[in-house]
Amino acid sequence: MAKITLDNLAHSYLPNPKSEDDYALKELNHDWADGEAYALLGASGCGKSTLLNIISGLLHPSQGRILFNDRDVTMAPTTQRNIAQVFQFPVVYDTMTVRDNLAFPLRNRGADAAYVRDRVQQIAAMIGMEASLDRKARGLTADVKQKISLGRGMVREDVNALLFDEPLTVIDPHMKWELRTQLKSLHHEFGHTMIYVTHDQTEALTFADKVVVMFDGRVVQMGTPQELFETPEHTFVGYFIGSPGMNVLDAKVTGDTAVLAGTQISLGKGFGTPTGKTELGVRPEFTSLQAGNEGLPVTIKRVEDVGRHKIVRADFHGTEINIIAEEGVNISPDMNRVVFDTAGINIYEDSWRVAPLVA
Amino acid sequence: MNKTVNQKAWFLILPVLLLVAFSAVIPLMTVVNYSVQDTFGNNQFFWAGLEWFKEMLASERMWNALGRQIAFSSIILAIEIPLGVFVALNMPKKGFWASLCLVLMSLPLLIPWNVVGTIWQIFARVDIGLLGYTLAAIGIDYNYTQDFYAAWATVIVMDVWHWTSLVALLAYAGLQSIPDAYYQAAKIDQASRWKVFRFIELPKIMGVLMIAILLRFMDSFMIYTEPFVVTGGGPGNSTTFLSIDLVKMALGQFDLGPAAAFSIMYYLVILVVSYVFYTVMTNLDKRDGY
Repeated sequence: MAKITLDNLAHSYLPNPKSEDDYALKELNHDWADGEAYALLGASGCGKSTLLNIISGLLHPSQGRILFNDRDVTMAPTTQRNIAQVFQFPVVYDTMTVRDNLAFPLRNRGADAAYVRDRVQQIAAMIGMEASLDRKARGLTADVKQKISLGRGMVREDVNALLFDEPLTVIDPHMKWELRTQLKSLHHEFGHTMIYVTHDQTEALTFADKVVVMFDGRVVQMGTPQELFETPEHTFVGYFIGSPGMNVLDAKVTGDTAVLAGTQISLGKGFGTPTGKTELGVRPEFTSLQAGNEGLPVTIKRVEDVGRHKIVRADFHGTEINIIAEEGVNISPDMNRVVFDTAGINIYEDSWRVAPLVA
Repeated sequence: MNKTVNQKAWFLILPVLLLVAFSAVIPLMTVVNYSVQDTFGNNQFFWAGLEWFKEMLASERMWNALGRQIAFSSIILAIEIPLGVFVALNMPKKGFWASLCLVLMSLPLLIPWNVVGTIWQIFARVDIGLLGYTLAAIGIDYNYTQDFYAAWATVIVMDVWHWTSLVALLAYAGLQSIPDAYYQAAKIDQASRWKVFRFIELPKIMGVLMIAILLRFMDSFMIYTEPFVVTGGGPGNSTTFLSIDLVKMALGQFDLGPAAAFSIMYYLVILVVSYVFYTVMTNLDKRDGY
């Protein structure tokens, strides 16, 4: 188990990167605390896997250093880092039995035979494969194979970190839930540092203590699920987390008022005078539909009833606004005004959040 | 769904039927025809029954040729398969050098059989050939026209030179299809180079390797041109393989009956071995975990 430090790390797949756009992973300083469970969340191609492969040593970064417990391992090969990693698609050794597959990482490190036997039994129980330990791995279905890969990742107790690269993509939804719960209990039990890459926000939010959101090769925010929800630091975090994502509207902000397409609303807090591209972000959970003259005039496009609540899709001068309404609320035709709860309003300047001035 | 019955559809397979008839069935039946008859010339034939088959099965000459043939095929398979895999493992994975390797390695495969024979026939000559002269110059008593071992060595090295590329190219294609994640997982699992080969690469290329073995077996079992050009089957009969012997019998001595019986048995051996191979291969694919 180890603390992992990324120091000025950046990576480009090109031999001579010129501009910042050439970098798959832009300059990054970050500490992964010992024993924490992190989720690395982002859309495909944002550099998540690149970062993971740099940590495990499968890839050497173009610049910067990686430290495990303050020891520089930037150039150390994978085998010296003592990392476990599970990949997106199952990797099993077809000609070996399930038992030998699970025992492989231990045997390669010269573990004692009795220990290997017990440990394999333990892991098999965890992934629910005790009955088929002596079966050859060939011909198993993808999700069973992935369980074996997960088991192989977890079999070593002394690893510095456990890395998961979208490991549940091929697993069916019911099993996904179960395996994720097991990973979490494993984390509680052994306290490994875990980094879990995913593009699925539910997976990230349920698995991790801290979620790291990446966008375009950059870490845009790291925080608890609640922080990501309430104060997204970047409009991408707003869009990406939440279902539906945050409403982002062009606004002109002066002090504690904002003008949106001619309509002035109060923000409840002062934000100074942002000069760049200014936007107002508010989550659908902090909006409500009303009749009357207050708030923004909108045209309701449709109402989707998702069971727990209703999602109202409305149009405000060409921009879509999503509003979450309680299940019991009746949406009447005269409700054509949307009002924001000031507690849920964030202001963005060039996509980054502007901290409100303390009154 | 209702099936439409339309007997006219049989006409659709007529072209294939004709093609196969002219290319395989009719020539084969001609041979069968010869194998059960005897002739004293003048195009007069007499029914001989299984006489020629009995004679051939009792013929020491045929058994010797078969023995030599099996020895030849076994030796070249034992060399070409591991060597081909070894070459494939050490070829560059991508880029300019990979392309260059592929082109250079395909070259021997593009040379016509008799040209290969001629190249080696001259290459190995002690008086003017680069190989023969060099070997003689460093004091090795090498003469493929007179020495049994030299003749065999020459024929085998020639075949290895000609065909290892095929095995290597097939194995290379198999290796290229292994996803990177396997190698990465092996690194994470701290697998040694040998274990990567044994548990990742070998199982993944097993399918193409079987095809390579099958192709090389069939081809080497039927080899004619190259050894005929280089050694002419000698010295003595030491490199007279089945097809060389067959041609001697059929065209040299014009013993059509025995040669036809011989051909049929030769054909059956290849058919049986290929069938066994095919069955093993398909079972390998289907084999489940237990």
